[in-house]
Amino acid sequence: MTTPVLSVRDLTVSFPSEAGRVDAVRGVSFDLDEGRTLGIVGESGSGKSVTSLAVMGLLDDNARVGGSVMFEGQELLGKTDAAMSKIRGNGIAMIFQDPLTSLTPVFSVGDQIVEALTIHDPKISRRAARDRAVELLRLVGIPRPAERMRSFPHEFSGGMRQRVVIAIAMANNPRLIIADEPTTALDVTIQAQILDLVATAQRETGAAVMMITHDMGVVAHTADDVIVMYAGRPIEQAPVDELFADTRMPYSIGLLGAIPRVDKAEKQPLVPIKGSPPLLVDLPDACPFAARCPIAVDACRTSEPELVAVGGRPDHRAACLRAEEIRAGRIDGGPVYPVPPVPTSTLETVPRELRRPTLEVENLTKSFPLTKGSFRKRKIGEVHAVKGVSFDVREGETMAIVGESGSGKTTTLLQIMDFARQDAGDIRIVGTSVADIKGGRAERDLRRDVQIVFQDPVGSLDPRMTVFDVIAEPLRTVGLAAAEVGPRVDELMDLVGLDPAHSDRFPAAFSGGQRQRIGIARALATNPKLVVLDEPVSALDVSVQAGVINLLDELKVRLGLSYLFVAHDLSVVRHIADRVAVMYLGSFVEHGDVDAVFDDPQHPYTRALLSAIPVPDPVTERGREHIVLTGDLPSPTDTITGCAFVSRCPLYQTLDEPDRARCEQTVPTLTGRTDDHVNACHFR
Amino acid sequence: MTTDSSMPDPTAGPLTAGETPPPGDAGTADRKRLSKWRLYGRRFARNRPAVAGVVIFVLLVAFAVFGSTLAKYDHVELDFLALSDPPSPEHWFGTNNAGNDLYAMVVIGLQRSLLIAVVVATGTTVLSAVIGTAAAYFGGRVERVSLFIIHFLMVAPTFLLLAMMSNDSGGDWRVIALVLILVSWFFQARTIWTLSLSLREREFVHAARYMGVPGLRIVLRHLIPNIGSLLVVNFTLGVVGAVMAETGLSFLGFGVKLPDVSLGSLIGIGASSISSSPWMFFFPAAALTLLTVSMALVADGLRDALDPTSAAGGRA
Repeated sequence: MTTPVLSVRDLTVSFPSEAGRVDAVRGVSFDLDEGRTLGIVGESGSGKSVTSLAVMGLLDDNARVGGSVMFEGQELLGKTDAAMSKIRGNGIAMIFQDPLTSLTPVFSVGDQIVEALTIHDPKISRRAARDRAVELLRLVGIPRPAERMRSFPHEFSGGMRQRVVIAIAMANNPRLIIADEPTTALDVTIQAQILDLVATAQRETGAAVMMITHDMGVVAHTADDVIVMYAGRPIEQAPVDELFADTRMPYSIGLLGAIPRVDKAEKQPLVPIKGSPPLLVDLPDACPFAARCPIAVDACRTSEPELVAVGGRPDHRAACLRAEEIRAGRIDGGPVYPVPPVPTSTLETVPRELRRPTLEVENLTKSFPLTKGSFRKRKIGEVHAVKGVSFDVREGETMAIVGESGSGKTTTLLQIMDFARQDAGDIRIVGTSVADIKGGRAERDLRRDVQIVFQDPVGSLDPRMTVFDVIAEPLRTVGLAAAEVGPRVDELMDLVGLDPAHSDRFPAAFSGGQRQRIGIARALATNPKLVVLDEPVSALDVSVQAGVINLLDELKVRLGLSYLFVAHDLSVVRHIADRVAVMYLGSFVEHGDVDAVFDDPQHPYTRALLSAIPVPDPVTERGREHIVLTGDLPSPTDTITGCAFVSRCPLYQTLDEPDRARCEQTVPTLTGRTDDHVNACHFR
Repeated sequence: MTTDSSMPDPTAGPLTAGETPPPGDAGTADRKRLSKWRLYGRRFARNRPAVAGVVIFVLLVAFAVFGSTLAKYDHVELDFLALSDPPSPEHWFGTNNAGNDLYAMVVIGLQRSLLIAVVVATGTTVLSAVIGTAAAYFGGRVERVSLFIIHFLMVAPTFLLLAMMSNDSGGDWRVIALVLILVSWFFQARTIWTLSLSLREREFVHAARYMGVPGLRIVLRHLIPNIGSLLVVNFTLGVVGAVMAETGLSFLGFGVKLPDVSLGSLIGIGASSISSSPWMFFFPAAALTLLTVSMALVADGLRDALDPTSAAGGRA
């Protein structure tokens, strides 16, 4: 046995706060060997990031750190900041979550890489450092690296910037790379590129990697060993296959059950973990998960369980009193989490063609003018955000639009919500064309039928209004009598699973998931026919997300709603949608029934998108073929004559000259073998 | 990823079941729901210094309104037997060198100053809030025109121009108040406009628009309350500033004219003779200090009561 690169023992971190001492990390121990990847998973506030910052010595001065962190045989805790600076960026490198803020905007990327090299090796010559920087940029896949050395961070896209960050991390051949949510801020196709790159960096330098993430799919894709953290403690620790195949701790089981799977067709309700994580102040001596655990017994509430080996395997450890009873997520022959029944609707038996359309969109187009000059604005061009999009949503149906950021999906939604008149198209809501709306009264009447739920549960509720006023606002706007408002608000809060007695509180008193429920209650207030959902769960933790998705499913059936759903998370879309459209640079590239699109993707972009999503199952995940797209989304200001996807298309690479010319010159139309499943590719 | 559901957040506490129903309420059906204003009232009342501020302010107002009934002299009456006398049982606050009773003058001065200050502070706050937020929310032509006016007023020597105008009026306090409003609203409006620009893009404003709430109501219901803390601070500073500005005008000879007096003109006169007759400075200055301190305390309390994220933590 060689000595591990990083050996952490009983790491504790606490912060003082006004409410008392916050114990953010409470006893983390692990060994990390050369060339291995350790995944640390947990929800926000579980202490995973604080652990990595403690290893790096980047915590605030007021944090109290205990235990031991041995890096290549030397104790890191207690080292001065100056001593740590010699190790940081040299022996240990870090990749942060947000590539937009982890580079200095006023220096060129070349200078930043050179700085990383010279600071740890003062003897290196300017020229040698420069050459090494160019080599690093080439290694991380930046095209024309020698020229791009002089570029500034704002000239790079998010994915490219993350590449530069990785180049800086690799610069000094570190022994340990800490990646703190390196792909959370990025799109899935870029995420696949970056994960590949981290693997490349690991291969090149032989470093150990600490991968911190909330995404079980990323863990399944990259990690060798996994630590699941909850309330500042590791609650399950195992090799990756073992963890997924034979999960022992109820929280890990819940976490796995809470994520929708992109590769599973059958509709199962997700497992919501009720409640929210405990405050890390004055924790009692009890299992911190007991209050949310479906199989908690009295003993769970009297002492906190130790992390002990289970199933006779020394490398699989769980902190649960009943771990030995749990086998592969089941206890006493039944699942640990009772699965709520699947809601079914009578509407589902009616064929789609016979249901009434609640929204019809025909040739929706939106372009923004590009202007120049500060005094008199001259128009110098146009950005085509949405180009001729047509679809319809029928009663009791969920239509999802998926795409990466910048694909125009949110613009499409906002155009519909703005009731924007179309020059050569139309938007019809429950049969009424927006072109026919005359005056504010008619508009307000139509608004009753279509409501929106926003992405950000914090920003979408006015912090100065009580929850009652928030939910009552649409009711008052449509002119409901004051006496009826009160009972209706209570009814709505009840409907979304909130206690009506809490309606005189301000939104700040609620957690993220609860706030999103308030947003849903507000959207349902006027009994709309269509609810537009703009990434409604992407800001929520997975265990909370599952509850909100189940609620949306249930409401759809109970109230006969139609949803227009926009998301970048294809797993969520697969779970919730009936029909799906894939959007790329302002147009649909594939559109059809959700199972048809996911099981038999036609367009090369859809295929790449689907294969890029990591599946939370290490066996499936590592056996899957991943199509990794090269490059980024082209700028929407470019004029594209043919297919917009040409610059990144893997199929295009395999075509011969005349076929390529067709891709470059002719815009493909949406066609397909059946009318129900269409795609915009000449060759599919 | 960024929910604060699990943050060590003290405000997450109140949702535990035990303390939920307010005392005295039996069932949920006919439970009395606290209105926003009652909630604000409660939170304000819990803040001791703020309540003290209100008490001081009320006492000052009472002093200004009813103080003259206790006075033995009228403020224009001259007592030639007591020129520059220190405080005595006859003249409680002393007299000035012409024999005016300072007590009577402070009462009248406080009356004037209070009126001017409150009218000016209210006027500027309302005007700047409505114009600033409306410009930001409606955008387009409304924004361009309002910004043009604001920027024009910022570069023009407004204070001098308007001081001339008020001089023509012969020191009428209503004209002075109007003048002060006109010279001070636009700076605040500019600040409020920039703040509201970011507010305009917040999702709850979009949400309200998509519910069909009319534009002006969105401005009044969503934008203005969300800059409430700023407005409250503006208002209190406005009270202090108005008294100062009125003093400045009086000093230049454009303000309140004798025989009418204000706290500002009294302090101005008192300051020049502070070594020989300190009481002439001390009493009006004390009245002014009490006024500004009480306003500051009230403002602090209001800001905390209105702010859902303040230490009260959104609780009643």
